[in-house]
Amino acid sequence: MELTEKHKEYWHKNLVITAILLAIWFVVTFVEGWYARELNNVTFLGFPLGFYMSAQGSLIVYVVIIGVYARYMNNLDRKYDVHEGEDA
Amino acid sequence: MATVTGNRSFNSQLKKYYSVYTGGFIAFVIALAIAEQVGMSRAWIGYWFLFATIALYATIGIMSRTVDAAEYYVAGRRVPAFFNGMATGADWMSAASFIGMAGTLYLSGYDGLSFVMGWTGGYVLVALFLAPYLRKFGQFTIPDFLGARYGGNIVRSIGIFAAILCSFTYVVAQIYGVGIITSKFTGLEFGIGVFVGLAGILVCSFLGGMRAVTWTQVAQYIILIIAYLTPVVWLGVKHTGFPIPQFAYGQTLQKVGDLEKKITADPKEVEARGLAKAAASEATAALKDPVKAATDRRAALEQRVAKAKTDNAPDHVQKSIQQALDNTPTDPEKAQAYWSARRNLGANANPPRKHAEPFPGATEQARNTARLNFLGIVFCMMFGTAALPHILMRYYTTPSVRQARQSVFWSLFFIFLLYFTAPCLAVLAKYDVYSHLVGSQFAQLPAWAAAWRQVDPALLTITDLNFDGIVQLAEIAIGGDIIVLATPEIAGLPYVVSGLVAAGGLAAALSTADGLLLTIANALSHDLYYKMLDPNATTARRVTTSKILLLVVAVIAAWVTSYKPGNILFLVGAAFSLAASAFFPALVLGIFWKRANKWGAIVGMAAGLGVCMYYMCVTYPFLRDLIGVTAPIASYQWFGMNAISAGVFGLPVGLLTIFIVSLLTPAPSREVQALVEHVRYPNLAGDIDTRAT
Repeated sequence: MELTEKHKEYWHKNLVITAILLAIWFVVTFVEGWYARELNNVTFLGFPLGFYMSAQGSLIVYVVIIGVYARYMNNLDRKYDVHEGEDA
Repeated sequence: MATVTGNRSFNSQLKKYYSVYTGGFIAFVIALAIAEQVGMSRAWIGYWFLFATIALYATIGIMSRTVDAAEYYVAGRRVPAFFNGMATGADWMSAASFIGMAGTLYLSGYDGLSFVMGWTGGYVLVALFLAPYLRKFGQFTIPDFLGARYGGNIVRSIGIFAAILCSFTYVVAQIYGVGIITSKFTGLEFGIGVFVGLAGILVCSFLGGMRAVTWTQVAQYIILIIAYLTPVVWLGVKHTGFPIPQFAYGQTLQKVGDLEKKITADPKEVEARGLAKAAASEATAALKDPVKAATDRRAALEQRVAKAKTDNAPDHVQKSIQQALDNTPTDPEKAQAYWSARRNLGANANPPRKHAEPFPGATEQARNTARLNFLGIVFCMMFGTAALPHILMRYYTTPSVRQARQSVFWSLFFIFLLYFTAPCLAVLAKYDVYSHLVGSQFAQLPAWAAAWRQVDPALLTITDLNFDGIVQLAEIAIGGDIIVLATPEIAGLPYVVSGLVAAGGLAAALSTADGLLLTIANALSHDLYYKMLDPNATTARRVTTSKILLLVVAVIAAWVTSYKPGNILFLVGAAFSLAASAFFPALVLGIFWKRANKWGAIVGMAAGLGVCMYYMCVTYPFLRDLIGVTAPIASYQWFGMNAISAGVFGLPVGLLTIFIVSLLTPAPSREVQALVEHVRYPNLAGDIDTRAT
């Protein structure tokens, strides 16, 4: 079937949110890891920050990223009328 | 809308069942705790945990038996997001995570966190790039998707080969873990332990395929998380005074840092470090002829005992030398173990590593290489997560795309619970060792240390090197696995909690092995047999073939395991690198780039896998010996990267090759482009239907 403009817009929005979340993921993973030594000079909740991020902080960000994505996309499905039937 | 109410009541029914189950399990543990107080022996507590949990998994397996294809391959596609999350958690967390992770962190400090980050952050990639799209596609296996998207049997065949290669590498590591746990906690022999565990794996996946595996994995997740958190919370209250120590161990980490400084400067420790170095080189030489070396050592020690007596040396010194003499065995097997354990003291020649310091090294260059390797492992573990077929398969089982997205959230949440606890446990255990074990008298060791040094010298060896009767850190050689296994005793909990931990470790290993064996059997029966060899096979025949293959693969895996092919962490890491190189580029480009075509996928997957395998073969010692590479490892290494992170090179090569070759060859057909559009939208009016039945 032919895709309408609305469909294309939906996919575009999906790509935008994916790119934004991926950028956050990249920062808390690789940028954080690269500068871990420097971050350790800062203390956070009693932890050296570099250690804290790799042991806990980045993990929390990952969980949040996935939660935000699921919520955003599930709403977008409805808005653009590409959602599935009710499924509880 | 009959299915809507059907799904809802199914979901609430599941919640009821598993709540009752959790309550029942806790009651079972309490009953055993009472039995222990009135005198049940430790061995019996071990047996109860082993056989009761395996019987439980078997019961679920028998109740979920099926011959329906959709039930067998994808659990009927009605696993709610929440429960699929738990099942994925159990599927994901293996013996290496449960038993090994905290120990790795204890031994390597910050640098061990690469696995913690890699094995959680990978789910971001699963969520953003794969899970919802694979669910929409809705068939049975990962090669299914590759076959449909790129067309023809060549891509599917490469997919089958890669799926089997990485799953098999991984399953061997799991069965090994099962053997170790059962033999350690029940006293059964390693080989028998392997087969008891294997029976537990088989009754479940054999009868009911994905359906049985899913519901067993949910049950296994509940056991493993209770088992992991209970002792840590207890230990946390002891050291931080706070029941959620994961948020409060920063203070403990600081105290560990202070103790590290104190130990580094302590003259007694400096002396012991020198002696540890000498003892290790003595042991290396002694291993050529363990018995003779032990006899010589006994003679030397006898002289020292006599000399100490005539010199009127202090009482505790005389005792220490006498004890060293008593602990030196001349029995061939024990002497071998004795010297091997002493050789491990070589790691104590240096001051303790600073737990929170990233990438330590002697020179700036060494530190930078350590950093690159850290990021390399993070990279491979993440992309491997998003490419391992046994994990991706789980997202075929949710009722909808919507729930597939939520399900990734629950998966990571449940995994996170264990992974953010492991670094905390490592710090708490370290604090306990540095503050209580170090400095205690040999005559009055903490109870757990006294018990574990009897169990296995590879897990814990404490030797009075300077004969002062006091434990120095440099006199302790510790094996990583002891951290999780001994935590209940370090925390001062009754033995029943140790049994619980063993049951948790077993659940972790069994659940992962289940998922992996199913992946291999499905690749063979569904992809190879049904899709390529005999497309007219009836449903019953396909499922039966799968069951028979499952049995064959399980036996082969157990047979390979009985050779104890060492280094579990490398086996696991290798599986991730291979999966990342072979699958990730083809899967993701297949969804996000319509222009990717068959030839791009064929050449790209082969190139990625090829580069990854080549790099492992020339840089990993075991494989180098196997194929006879003799030139030094460094001359093959790129940027000083270790073999485990070979995917750092395999994945980009694969990605780039698919890109270039696709552009050089004709664009895929209209049907394939329609398929790509199909998977991108959860629901399209007038859409094609790709779901398999």
